[in-house]
Amino acid sequence: MDLLSFARGPALKVAMGVFFVGVVWRVLALVLLRIRREHSRPRSSLLRYVSVGLFVTASRSWPHPQFVKRTGAGEALSYSYHMGLFAVVLLFGPHIAFLAGLLGIGAWPGLPSSVITAIAVVTATLFTGVLYRRVTTPVIRMISNFDDYFTWCITMLVMLTGLMTSARWGARYETLLAIHILSVDGLLVWFPFGKLMHAFYIMPSRAINGAILARKGAST
Amino acid sequence: MKPADTVGETLRRHGVSRRGFVKFCTATVTAMALPPWLGAAMAAQLSGAPRPSVVYLSFQECTGCFESFIRSFSPTIESLIFDVISLDYDDTLMAAAGDAAESALSTAMKAHFGDYVLIVDGSIPTGASGACCTAGGRSAEATLREAAKGARVILAVGTCSSFGGIPFADPNPTNAWPVSAIVGDKPIINVSGCPPIPEVITGTLLQFVTTGRIPDLDEHLRPKAFFGNSIHDRCYRRPFFDAGKFAKTFDDEGARNGWCLYELGCKGPTTYNACATLKWNGGTSFPIESGHGCLGCSEPEFWDKGSFYEAQSTAKWGRAGESSRKPLAEFAGAAIAAGAVLGVASAGAGRLRQHKLEKE
Repeated sequence: MDLLSFARGPALKVAMGVFFVGVVWRVLALVLLRIRREHSRPRSSLLRYVSVGLFVTASRSWPHPQFVKRTGAGEALSYSYHMGLFAVVLLFGPHIAFLAGLLGIGAWPGLPSSVITAIAVVTATLFTGVLYRRVTTPVIRMISNFDDYFTWCITMLVMLTGLMTSARWGARYETLLAIHILSVDGLLVWFPFGKLMHAFYIMPSRAINGAILARKGAST
Repeated sequence: MKPADTVGETLRRHGVSRRGFVKFCTATVTAMALPPWLGAAMAAQLSGAPRPSVVYLSFQECTGCFESFIRSFSPTIESLIFDVISLDYDDTLMAAAGDAAESALSTAMKAHFGDYVLIVDGSIPTGASGACCTAGGRSAEATLREAAKGARVILAVGTCSSFGGIPFADPNPTNAWPVSAIVGDKPIINVSGCPPIPEVITGTLLQFVTTGRIPDLDEHLRPKAFFGNSIHDRCYRRPFFDAGKFAKTFDDEGARNGWCLYELGCKGPTTYNACATLKWNGGTSFPIESGHGCLGCSEPEFWDKGSFYEAQSTAKWGRAGESSRKPLAEFAGAAIAAGAVLGVASAGAGRLRQHKLEKE
């Protein structure tokens, strides 16, 4: 078995297995915990909790006007590279073929390779900017740990190996593609146990916080 | 068989002028993508060189490689076997059969011991004590081992003799092996393909006969002159790949417009061969030009690398030729169920801790 067959076969299978087991495990372990009982009288109706929860999911996605000057640039940077990542993952032909194959659906239209390459380069640059901000801002640096840096490294590794594969840079296409898929395998294994789980936690946690605050009658 | 004959003498006997001979050499050098100055060198070398003896052995194969070999346009098979080489044994082409044929083989091997070119076509089955492929009461393995002893070089023609090919594919019922797994002490040139391009077979043979040297080979022992670039890199549909324009089915608008076949499983990006440049049938066309993706037939284990119709960036879950979708659904379902069990157990333990903390 060659490296590419290993990367897209057994290695991907193990990685996907760890991903599915880990994500379902961690989500259920959190969701099934008992929510602390509130003894105070509810300040609003159940319908309002839910609607405020949904509203807060959107409204807390951007800093309060009071904090825009201080954190707006950082958040804009984060949103930009997230959008870049989504564009590269979802709109590049070979990625579409991969995802459509996994999901068992037909392929959807993508973007030209040159556009994807440009987006990927910008995204990798922005991602480097995020790391710079993390290490140069005292507070962020203080609250950062191994998880943050390792998650950054493995995400960057996937981007770099993808760019190298696209440019056929450094080795034959099959070798570069195998290395790229192996880096994705690594990311899938790490996903449930690191900061990447924010993909599953971030929206529900905002909604639940909003609903709890609405029950208490707080202004959101 | 007149081994003392030189190529030049043979050509003169056939009425070929020197001018015609130089034109032939130049055309051959061009077809092999070799430097132009080699045309004159080839003419000088060939005209004075004795016609080398060639022994062609066929083992576990479909004769497709030989069919390809005899359809070479440049050089043609007639010019090759009448003017350039002395094809002393080939059980498909020769008129002799039975004892006469076997006798021709042993005579050629004895007469040119250490000097003949051995062409091998087909894999070598070693299962059932070699009984899966025998000729003249001898197994393919025994014949190959004996023939290899006196060979100057071995040309493994076709993917079966180069890498095992289809007989080698899982579950390999005859325990077949490529030539390189049987013979370890002779120079081997792999001319892979299922079948190989005719001009690649004859061109490689001619290059060796002309220069007397093994050509530059890649990591799979294939001549770089023909296997140096991927089909994708030389494909006329490559601009559509770069533009993100892919055919999604074999009869959609993209297919009709000649867009890239990557998403339909084309193996061009990982297949190294000259199909996109030399093409087939005298440069008429090649599979991608005819609307079908490359199968990757010149690469090792091409039969076991997943479906021919799934893109190379897709997961490879099932066995060769199987769709990956069903195995993934089964596999993901099992993984999610395992995760659910772990999640419920963790949540239960968490609730116990919550309860304990509340009591304290």
